[in-house]
Amino acid sequence: MDSTIDKIIAKMPKSLSGKEFTYCPGCHHGIVHRLIAEVIDELGIAGKTLMVAPVGCSVFAYEFFDLDGTVAPHGRAPAVATGMKRAMPDRIVFTYQGDGDLASIGTAEIVHAANRGENITTIFINNAVYGMTGGQMAPTTLLGQKTTTTPYGRSAKANGYPIRMSEMLATLEGSAYVERVMVTTPQNVIKAKRAIKKAFEVQIKNLGFSMVEVLSTCPTNWGLTPIEAMKWLEEKMTKQYPLGIYVDRTKEAE
Amino acid sequence: MKMLFKGSEAIAEAAIRAGCRLYFGYPITPQSELTEYMSRRLPEVDGTFLQAESEVATVNMMYGASCTGKRVMTSTSSPGFSLMMEGVSYMAGAELPAVFVNVVRGGPGLGDIQPAQSDYFQATKGGGHGDYRMIVLAPHTIQESVDLMNLAFDLADKYRMLVTILADGMLGQMMEPVEFPEMRDPNGVPKKDWALTGASDHEPRKVTSFNIDPYGLEEMNLRYQATYKKVVENEIRYEEVNTKDADIIIAAYGTMARIVKTTIHLAEKEGIKVGLFRPITLWPFPYKQINKLADTVENVLTVEMSYGQMLEDVKLGVNGKAKTPFYGRSGGVVPTPTEVLEAVKKVMVGDLNG
Amino acid sequence: MTKKAYIEIDSERCKGCGLCINACPQHVIRFSEKFNNKGYHYAELHDPENKCIGCAFCYNMCPDVCIVVHRLVKEESKV
Repeated sequence: MDSTIDKIIAKMPKSLSGKEFTYCPGCHHGIVHRLIAEVIDELGIAGKTLMVAPVGCSVFAYEFFDLDGTVAPHGRAPAVATGMKRAMPDRIVFTYQGDGDLASIGTAEIVHAANRGENITTIFINNAVYGMTGGQMAPTTLLGQKTTTTPYGRSAKANGYPIRMSEMLATLEGSAYVERVMVTTPQNVIKAKRAIKKAFEVQIKNLGFSMVEVLSTCPTNWGLTPIEAMKWLEEKMTKQYPLGIYVDRTKEAE
Repeated sequence: MKMLFKGSEAIAEAAIRAGCRLYFGYPITPQSELTEYMSRRLPEVDGTFLQAESEVATVNMMYGASCTGKRVMTSTSSPGFSLMMEGVSYMAGAELPAVFVNVVRGGPGLGDIQPAQSDYFQATKGGGHGDYRMIVLAPHTIQESVDLMNLAFDLADKYRMLVTILADGMLGQMMEPVEFPEMRDPNGVPKKDWALTGASDHEPRKVTSFNIDPYGLEEMNLRYQATYKKVVENEIRYEEVNTKDADIIIAAYGTMARIVKTTIHLAEKEGIKVGLFRPITLWPFPYKQINKLADTVENVLTVEMSYGQMLEDVKLGVNGKAKTPFYGRSGGVVPTPTEVLEAVKKVMVGDLNG
Repeated sequence: MTKKAYIEIDSERCKGCGLCINACPQHVIRFSEKFNNKGYHYAELHDPENKCIGCAFCYNMCPDVCIVVHRLVKEESKV
């Protein structure tokens, strides 16, 4: 006689510490944290992975993973990761950074890490605003977007244009794999996980610098509900930041 | 066997002998030769050299490398060290060991490329933010620079502290015969139970200078303070030359102390007994020792290539027991032994500020 | 309908963001009338007709890893 067994097909990944996330309701940080942990578990690399958290809402990120980790000064994570990787080349090293950390104060560090083809992986959370400090303009803030330091809407004349980091870093020959994704629907979440897994595989194979830029919501500082925020992201942000693979040099290198 | 070596390069070789196999750095006069030497020499000993894109990147690469428990160093000069101050504060808070070499040049700002001692405050009183300390060693000859490298790395590892070798453009650029110690095994570094090496054989470890709970941060700070207390109790180093029955004591360090050693001979010819008190550790500063010496003289003259930075520590140490006049040149100007003797004579007749 | 799958939601961990409710194709998750200790109306499974198919869309969208997805699979018949 056939009986049924209760099989758990999805639960807290092993590489997450289980500590409750300090993020706002509906913030996409948590989804991406989980995807990174799932990927690390599936690739079996937790025991040799080092992580570098940024300054920003995810400054506590190193507490949410059961991995050896540290937190870098604002923007400096790629340099810290470089130091780790050069000291222990057989370890997997990743940085997790927001748009202020990576595209403002840390532009030099990310450009040069990518340019050196540093065998590290960067997960870049782009939510077009400075979250932790209360909603100021980020380099990735859209034109016309109101923030606490652009109360009249961002103007190109005063504040320049939103920076497309994936496109920029893809022009550097050291960049082996750069893709931009979003996590607004389960299907997109699965696609994003594939990208993150590929990025870590690029590092495992020593093919150069890999980055996944994840367009993310900041419901609190956008002044929208989590669901409205995802709509805004899909309608407005993807126009400025098209999804897709910006460079994939992995075939040439292999 | 003695070899003729430029100061910058001798320091580099000595660091390698001390077991350092990781160097991150950025070219800056007057120490670029140290960076260049490392780029040639480290591959020869299976070490890693990386020219970073800036001093900001350099100190953060050191942070990362130090996290993994390896010995790491950099070298720079004044403007570069200023850029590193953020990283210094973070490393101090995270209790990460590392060695910095600052080959000081005239400042402030872009300044010039000649020797100076105007970064004493920055090194000893904290150029970075927060309640932290760095061990500061001040060699006065190239041989001493070499001899202090083993100590620098050992102290850094022992106390989980940053150590700065405060040199200057003179020491960096001059050439002298030196004898190097034996090559130490880089794997002979004591194992660090806090290092980030991947949590395969230990519970996940964190390295951080951050604690959102003020009582937690206070605890971290009390831990650092306890370490600093131990260092003050155990690691003070200094040299006294000709101080017994001296007519006047000169407090000087680094290249300035070397110049004063010549002044001592010149003064002797004129019947003046000049004693030299030379701190080797600028932090921890030998307050007790200079205080004792102040019992024996009317004047403790501080001579620096600055406008009076170590002077303040001398005053603290002397604590009113003697007058504390000052003579200094800055901006990259190096006083001559004769100039110092003139200052001594002025002091002896009460003609220099006390 | 026979029960094919179900989910457990950690109600104390949940922040009531609604992403799971929005993503569920079977519409079997709803906001609870009750509050948790954080003060949120947490999400809860409401599946009287056993519509849950264990697709894990809710799990995929949950930013706080509150959800465990169970599938009731047929045990292999022993020969």
